[in-house]
Amino acid sequence: MEIDPFIFRLSIFILSIFIGYYVVWSVTPSLHTPLMSVTNAISSVIIVGAIIAGLAGNSDTIFNTSSIFGFLAISLAAINIFGGFLVTQRMLAMYKKKKKDK
Amino acid sequence: MLSANLSAVFYLISGVLFILALRGLSSPETSRQGNFFGILGMIIAVTVTFLSIGNFSTGLIVVLIFLLIGGLIGAFIAYKIPMTAMPELVAGFHSLVGLAAVFVAIAAFLNPEAFNLGSPGNIKLGSLIEMSIGAAVGAITFSGSIIAFLKLQGIMSGSPITFKGQHPLNALILISIIIITYLLCSTQSSNLFWILLAISFLIGFLLIIPIGGADMPVVISMLNSYSGWAAAGIGFTLENTALIITGALVGSSGAILSYIMCKGMNRSFFNVILGGFGATEQSASAQNKEQKPVKSGNADDAAFLMKNASSVIIVPGYGMAVAQAQHALREMVDTLKKNDIKVSYAIHPVAGRMPGHMNVLLAEANVPYDEVFELEEINNDFANADVAFVIGANDVTNPVAKTDPQSPIYGMPVLDVEKCKSVLFVKRSLSPGYAGIDNDLFYKENTLMLFADAKKMTEDITKNL
Repeated sequence: MEIDPFIFRLSIFILSIFIGYYVVWSVTPSLHTPLMSVTNAISSVIIVGAIIAGLAGNSDTIFNTSSIFGFLAISLAAINIFGGFLVTQRMLAMYKKKKKDK
Repeated sequence: MLSANLSAVFYLISGVLFILALRGLSSPETSRQGNFFGILGMIIAVTVTFLSIGNFSTGLIVVLIFLLIGGLIGAFIAYKIPMTAMPELVAGFHSLVGLAAVFVAIAAFLNPEAFNLGSPGNIKLGSLIEMSIGAAVGAITFSGSIIAFLKLQGIMSGSPITFKGQHPLNALILISIIIITYLLCSTQSSNLFWILLAISFLIGFLLIIPIGGADMPVVISMLNSYSGWAAAGIGFTLENTALIITGALVGSSGAILSYIMCKGMNRSFFNVILGGFGATEQSASAQNKEQKPVKSGNADDAAFLMKNASSVIIVPGYGMAVAQAQHALREMVDTLKKNDIKVSYAIHPVAGRMPGHMNVLLAEANVPYDEVFELEEINNDFANADVAFVIGANDVTNPVAKTDPQSPIYGMPVLDVEKCKSVLFVKRSLSPGYAGIDNDLFYKENTLMLFADAKKMTEDITKNL
């Protein structure tokens, strides 16, 4: 009997939870705020679903209800992607070590 | 057009890059590289999606326009936002992830053919379940984050909003969400889908209103976790590895942060979620302590104490963020250092309104991160330090947490500030902190209260040094 592809995805999911568990515990507490903003940015990879929905119509039906929701989701996710990565960048650039020559 | 297998491989790569992005955050040196990996992963995922659809009709232009609009707004916010507003920003971003998940689920429900999920009214059962979960969790994330945002922004009162029958009502709604999901899957009725969304929005709203302002670190972390699970639910629907991996990462990240925050307050997760912290104890303890003597001083006295010290520990809290005192504070510390006084910073896990809030503010003020310490690292040093300078923190320094089993914060890990030779406590008045309890530290022999705005007081001290 063949294994349902769902099981493969479930395996990836469960293993990723464990990876997440160990990786996040090793994040230094002083970077918890950048951690939240970067997780925000990466969870907006949901934009792939929005793009699929947005591109689903052919040239006569670009604006059907489904694709409009797709377009809106694209904008929302894009705010998060750009906003999330850039603000993380901005924060991380501020973390400096003590200057030795002081 | 990319084959399905090839694009799956690319999605896997971007998933791995996202893991590396989080891995980079284990130290500030590697963090910038980590963020770069994250950006790269995102570019790969988006590019592959375009190529795998291969539909370059007029729809593409519309997609790109919406992408550009969102991107410009996001970039604008990222450059303009002041660091003190990070908690609001993160809450706002969570709500967008939630809403995006809801919209994608709606799009998939209305047009399942585009996603290869069957036809309207005849969606594959597994996909429909995954879609419902993604949509419900996304809706909860959205409305919950909106409330958190309003509370943090001060538009809505930070105090807990409770009413009779709140918990039974919430339980009832949660149960009905499960029942409706079940009915939706057996009937495929679109009305049920909309009802499911509506009550999920409602429950997100109801779950967050009873939670008070200083519990926001837990709430934000929890909503962070939810946004991850919503993404994972949609990832299963779309059969997209990048989304599944990311959802799992973000979900566990938020869960761990919630756990750390709860531990920092010695409260169980359910205790925070059920809300109304300190509401009952408040009236009893606020009354009988008013008459105790308090020593108060001015900037001159504080400067004198610090000038004669050889080591000073600074304890910042939410009040520092409110007063925007971080730059003034760093200037004061620079002056102290010129006088060969050793200065370090002690950060309590729940200081501020989100995990790591104080660290970001100090970093913004150019405080080197190797002078900033966590509670466990520095707590033993208070006994050897001459002066503790508490600026905008309160409950996290209250010795009652160690001595009085009756106190609502008993057992919470606190900074041993009272062990210092002298304590300088910057505060506007003697009013109790968030937990609604009096701070014994105010009345200690070695405490000098500095009643003033945190920023102004710090500037005055610098002048007197």
